[in-house]
Amino acid sequence: MATIQFDNLGHSYHPHPSKPEDYALRRLSQEWEDGKAYALLGPSGCGKSTLLNIISGLLVPSEGRVLFDGLDVTRCTPEERNIAQVFQFPVIYDTMTVYENLAFPLRNRKVPAADVDRRVRQVAEALDLTDDLKKRAQRLTPDAKQKISMGRGLVRSDVAAILFDEPLTVIDPHTKWILRRKLRQIHEEYRLTMIYVTHDQVEALTFADKVAVMYEGAMVQLGTPQELFENPEHTFVGYFIGSPGINLMPCTLGNDHALVDGIAIPLPDRAVPAVGGKFELGIRPEFLELTRSGSAGAIPVQVTGVDDLGTSKLATVRLGNHTLKARLSEDQEIPALDAAIRFPNRWTKLYRDSHLVG
Amino acid sequence: MDKVQDNRAWFLIIPVFLIVAFSAVIPLMTVVNYSVQEIFGPGQTFFVGTEWFEAVLKDDRLHDALVRQIIYSLAVLLIEIPLGILIALGMPGGRSAKTSLTLVLLALPLLIPFNVVGTIWQIFGRGDIGLLGATFRALGIDYNYTNNSAHAWITVLVMDVWHWTSLVALLCYAGLQSIPPAFYQAAKIDGASKWAVFRYIQLPKMRGVLIIAVLLRFMDSFMIYTEPFVLTGGGPGNSTTFLSQYLTQMAVGQFDIGKAAAFSIVYFLIVLLFSFIFYTIITRTGEGEKK
Repeated sequence: MATIQFDNLGHSYHPHPSKPEDYALRRLSQEWEDGKAYALLGPSGCGKSTLLNIISGLLVPSEGRVLFDGLDVTRCTPEERNIAQVFQFPVIYDTMTVYENLAFPLRNRKVPAADVDRRVRQVAEALDLTDDLKKRAQRLTPDAKQKISMGRGLVRSDVAAILFDEPLTVIDPHTKWILRRKLRQIHEEYRLTMIYVTHDQVEALTFADKVAVMYEGAMVQLGTPQELFENPEHTFVGYFIGSPGINLMPCTLGNDHALVDGIAIPLPDRAVPAVGGKFELGIRPEFLELTRSGSAGAIPVQVTGVDDLGTSKLATVRLGNHTLKARLSEDQEIPALDAAIRFPNRWTKLYRDSHLVG
Repeated sequence: MDKVQDNRAWFLIIPVFLIVAFSAVIPLMTVVNYSVQEIFGPGQTFFVGTEWFEAVLKDDRLHDALVRQIIYSLAVLLIEIPLGILIALGMPGGRSAKTSLTLVLLALPLLIPFNVVGTIWQIFGRGDIGLLGATFRALGIDYNYTNNSAHAWITVLVMDVWHWTSLVALLCYAGLQSIPPAFYQAAKIDGASKWAVFRYIQLPKMRGVLIIAVLLRFMDSFMIYTEPFVLTGGGPGNSTTFLSQYLTQMAVGQFDIGKAAAFSIVYFLIVLLFSFIFYTIITRTGEGEKK
């Protein structure tokens, strides 16, 4: 187990990067705690696999350092770092049995046979592979194969971290859910540092203690699922996390209010200088309140549609030229003619050039 | 639904039947026919039963040629398969000029006609004008493939290795290229040694192409004719006379058609048998224990 530190880490596949766009991974300094489960979340091409390969040691970053427990491992091989990694597609050794597959990483490290046996049986038990131990790995189904890949990562008790590179891509939805729970359980039991790469927000949010959201090579926010939801530090986080994503409207700043298409939205107590950049106002559909016009601070809107989702209702309203979504409880009445919305101050976020400023 | 009576399909199949009949079935049956006849001349044949087969099986020269042939084919396999794998492992991967150059260079020997290969080596090995022969001579080694059977043997073998190892290497290379990079990365992370990577990833993934390589090299080397014929003519003595050469001598040289036909059939069965044995062994070792 190890604390993982990034010190001014950056990577570019260009030989002489000059502008920020040249970087597959932009400058990053961070510390990841020992024994926590992290998720790297982002769309494809956002740099999450680059970061993962740098952590595992398959890729040497062009700039900065990686430290495990304060030790510089930037140029160390995966083996020297004592990392385990599970890949997107199951990697198994065809000619070996399941048992031999699981024992392989230990035997390569000259672990005594008795310990190998104990660990293999433990891991097989945790992954429901006990009945298959004597079978040839080649004959198993894709999800059993992926379980073996995971097992080979889990079997070493002394790993610094276990890395998962979209490991559930080839697994059918139901088994996916079971395996994810399994991983979660294993994490809680052994407190391993786990890093999980995915583009699926549900996977990331249910698996990880902390989620790092990546966008265009930059890590735009690292936080707990709750933090990402309640306080998105970047418009992309607001948009990517949550369904539907955050409501965003370009705005201009006035004194104690923001102007959206000439409509004033109160924004008390924000000490943001109204200079430079493009300002946007954001609020999650879950926090946007729908009331009747006339109540304090309410802004009249037109309700253009309501979707009943069974457990909640999703109202679509028009404010000026903008369409906003508001999530309402099942039993809330939706005013037909005199609808209005209110922006609770705490949940109304102001962004400048996509970054949270107030 | 009513079935429409229509025999036009026959018109589509008949050409294939005719080609296969004239190219394979009729010649083969002719050989079978010859093998049970004593032939003195056109129209002068009479049935002899299994006499030719008995003669062939008792023929000492044929036994010698068969033993020679088996040793030769085994030597070819034992040299060319490991060497081909080694070359394939050392070849550059990816799309680069280096890769293309290597592939072209490797493919070159395969493009040369068999009798030209024989001629090349015949001249190459000559003591007076050949580069190899002259070099040996200059080094004080008395190398002469025309009167020393060991030298003749080694020359024929080296010639085959030169000619055909590329095929094995190219097949293995294709097998290696189909291994996804994640396998190598996983092996690295599992702490596998280079040998373990070869033993547990590369070799199993090459199994399919290796079966083809072994079968092709076995069948070709077991039926080798042109190159030793051009290089040594089967000599010195009978030291490089392999089965097909002996067969040709019998059929064309001595015009012993009946015996040669019986020989051909036995020869064919031997190749079939060995191929079957190899195929079974290789596919079985890959399958491992059965449930």
